[in-house]
Amino acid sequence: MIERRPLLSFSSHVIMVIGIIAVALPVWITFVAATHTTERMLVSPLPLLPGTHFWENLKMVLFTQEFLGTTRAPVWLSMTNSLIIALSIAIGKIVISLLSAFAIVYFRFPGRMLFFWMIFITLMLPVEVRILPTFEVVANLGMLDSYWGLTIPLIASATATFMFRQAFLTVPDELLEAARLDGAGPLKFFWDILLPLSRTNIAALFVILFTFGWNQYLWPLLITTKTEMHTVVMSIKQMLEVAEAVPQWNIIMMTSLVAMLPPILVVVLMQRLFVKGLVESEK
Amino acid sequence: MASIQINNLRKTYDGGVQAVKGVSIDIKDGEFIVLVGPSGCGKSTLLRMVAGLETITDGELFIGDRLVNTIEPADRDIAMVFQNYALYPHMTVYNNLAYGLKNRGFAKAEIGKRVRKAAEILEIGEYLERKPRQLSGGQRQRVAMGRAIVRDPAAFLFDEPLSNLDAKLRVQMRLEIRKLQKELGTTSLYVTHDQLEAMTLADRLVVLSGGEVEQIGSPIDVYEKPASTFVATFIGSPAMNLLPLSKDDNNWKLDNSAVVDVKLSTDLAELTLGVRPEDLVIEELSEKFDTGLHTALKVTAVEPVGAESYVHGTIGEGSVDIVVRAPGKLHFEPGQILKVTAKPDKLHTFDMLTGKRIELQGTLEIA
Amino acid sequence: MLKRVHFQPSVLPYLLVAPQILVTLVFFLWPAGQALYQSVLIEDAWTGNSEFVWFENFQLLFEDTEYLSVFYRTGYFAGAVALTAMFFSLILAGFADRIVKGSTIYRTLLIWPYAIAPVLAGALFVFMFDPTLGILAYGLKLIGIDWNHKLDGDQAMLLVVIAAAWKQIPYNFLFFLAAMQSIPKSVIEAASIDGAGPIKRFWTIIFPLISPTTFFLLVINVVYAFFDTFGIIHALTDGGPANSTTVLVFKVFKDGFVGLDLGGSAAQSVILMSLVIALTVVQFRFVERKVEY
Repeated sequence: MIERRPLLSFSSHVIMVIGIIAVALPVWITFVAATHTTERMLVSPLPLLPGTHFWENLKMVLFTQEFLGTTRAPVWLSMTNSLIIALSIAIGKIVISLLSAFAIVYFRFPGRMLFFWMIFITLMLPVEVRILPTFEVVANLGMLDSYWGLTIPLIASATATFMFRQAFLTVPDELLEAARLDGAGPLKFFWDILLPLSRTNIAALFVILFTFGWNQYLWPLLITTKTEMHTVVMSIKQMLEVAEAVPQWNIIMMTSLVAMLPPILVVVLMQRLFVKGLVESEK
Repeated sequence: MASIQINNLRKTYDGGVQAVKGVSIDIKDGEFIVLVGPSGCGKSTLLRMVAGLETITDGELFIGDRLVNTIEPADRDIAMVFQNYALYPHMTVYNNLAYGLKNRGFAKAEIGKRVRKAAEILEIGEYLERKPRQLSGGQRQRVAMGRAIVRDPAAFLFDEPLSNLDAKLRVQMRLEIRKLQKELGTTSLYVTHDQLEAMTLADRLVVLSGGEVEQIGSPIDVYEKPASTFVATFIGSPAMNLLPLSKDDNNWKLDNSAVVDVKLSTDLAELTLGVRPEDLVIEELSEKFDTGLHTALKVTAVEPVGAESYVHGTIGEGSVDIVVRAPGKLHFEPGQILKVTAKPDKLHTFDMLTGKRIELQGTLEIA
Repeated sequence: MLKRVHFQPSVLPYLLVAPQILVTLVFFLWPAGQALYQSVLIEDAWTGNSEFVWFENFQLLFEDTEYLSVFYRTGYFAGAVALTAMFFSLILAGFADRIVKGSTIYRTLLIWPYAIAPVLAGALFVFMFDPTLGILAYGLKLIGIDWNHKLDGDQAMLLVVIAAAWKQIPYNFLFFLAAMQSIPKSVIEAASIDGAGPIKRFWTIIFPLISPTTFFLLVINVVYAFFDTFGIIHALTDGGPANSTTVLVFKVFKDGFVGLDLGGSAAQSVILMSLVIALTVVQFRFVERKVEY
């Protein structure tokens, strides 16, 4: 900043470090818990430093079906489910939003505004406010306990459509004119020009939507009954319920750790895109 | 290569705004035509109608012998250079040039041959693998030209292609475009608002105003015989001086007051007299003409621009501003009175109401 | 809105919007319509016959003191979450903005909790605050506070607010920092030449200039607290003890899936929808204002 005040500048760093520690504390405690034995995790006070049972706990979490007498999907399977669902939701949202934004920006056709408003209205109808009737629709379509049921109802996206619309509007008109003179029809223009130009936007949205898809909780909770369709995020709740009786915190926390890792990695590794995606999608 | 025939073209937008109000131009094969006019005069709209990027409301457009009113832009056999170049930012220079050929199903070998030839002509051969953002403004401009050349079209359309360049580069590219067009012999239609660019490039100029043609002619014709006060003031810099005159007892008066010493053989009671700044001579600096126009100029400012100076001043009661373009570095004090004069054959006369040029046959008498 | 230049009308644009419109119709508009329809019916649990009752479901809801208290509680919860999360992120962003070197590293270290699922955030806090074993509950006991959110409704609410705010801090931090960094440096320099110290500058220059972002975040945080905290509450308290942490979304879920009260749940859905619509309108009116800035 402007004035040289070493003390102030030093205290800025101190505050930031305190903030980061406070924000990271829950995850540190989770990590520590995941490195100890079940027995150690029953003795108060609980440890604050990591133990030596990390790999053992990890192996148990990934491959064991039994958990305190209940059967659940081993975490490798629920992770696979989560991955399939997160990817399908992210890709599905991006594809259908790209297509509809293209139609709305580059074509003048009867009903255009009607479609625009229909997509807009989805913004006002989050799953949480129409839980029961949406569940009924999915049940009637026979989509319970299927990847279709877990993904399709979530892939309409006003936010993504608006973001692409915004991006397309900044593409100079002359580019389309040049492409027309170069003999490109609508689909060719879309594929050869618009899509490559939207690469960063697509990547940025992907980071956001992958996180969104991976972290879905209420929806999978409602429409999956078979354990082999469970996602890793929703399996936590069941484990917590069991833990009411006999806590096995090392296993629960290891599962939490594994479940939160993929989206954290995506966000941290693609930080620049993530920030862009967040900021752009709110415009 | 082909001629282009524009027959009474009209463009009316949905809101009822008339951008082009019946324009006719016959463009000969290989001719370089420049459409010039202030912004909003309809020149770009006209060009885009020729390109097929705007629909034609009324009239006929022929490229060669073919009526192309409803033909898709890609099928009109024309190429266009855009103001912002409109290069595909994600494609290499090579692919920018090749894209149109690929879409038309040219063989790979033929595409390669054409692209390299165009690159050679434009001296952009070493940039073929670069992306547009790695190029300078001038280089991008060349790529945009190259994209037009590779197609070997019947006509080039230029939409203010030099306006994004700095002044020096603009002069250089202007010369190159002119040279290239002569070498290739491709019919060209070029839009600009820069009268200097228009003068230097055109075989024939089309001056547009308010969606209508003011004048069509060679640059020299247009300069020497402007068809209207609009053309007279638009072409040439500094602009032509205009003096509104009215006749009172055989004397021509400026603003019904100051008498201006000029003889005009006409029955008209009022007209606009035009004289270019370089045709006005300061008597103190040269020999005195016995004929033509004589008046006194009250200096307001002198702008030295190097080899010559622009002397600004007022005549009459101070109501009409005049510029005189005189050689050398001149020093006059504001308020100083100078006698200025002009030869009779350098005077232009226009109808005061319509602004149209009036030729007064053998008109300007000896004073 | 629309490009000046566009393609000729054809069947193509309809094909392009079809997938999105189809999903919207089947999974958004149809269920929303169903909710509207069911909200004016009462279904007989025994016969399955339903009876058209006009607004009786709504009337019942607003006469139900329990529902009204859920309503107020949700407002209290949303306000507490928004203020807590915004307060801490504003402070952090204010200091991060002062740091010239390494502010990106701090950003990286602060934003990742955004990626944690709400229900996992809930699990983390359950563990930390577990009354018998939790490390923070233990710490609190050491300083004389008897922590048991499973019995104490106020503590349960406090816990839910902390967990929900914790998860929202990265998001707010990111937007606050971006807003602060977009203030022209010359403005800050002018202020310091005018004799304003760092703290005075923050309150008289920076804070007023980022007020559009602050307002925007307020709306976003309220929306978040309303609709995206289901997982946190479900994992932490399950709405208890004695409904002390039951908010609107949680109640819709409970009444619909556990209580199987179709008409009542539908009426609640309709009320929630009107809330979202109101919030969206506020948000968009604000976006229009932002354009003028």
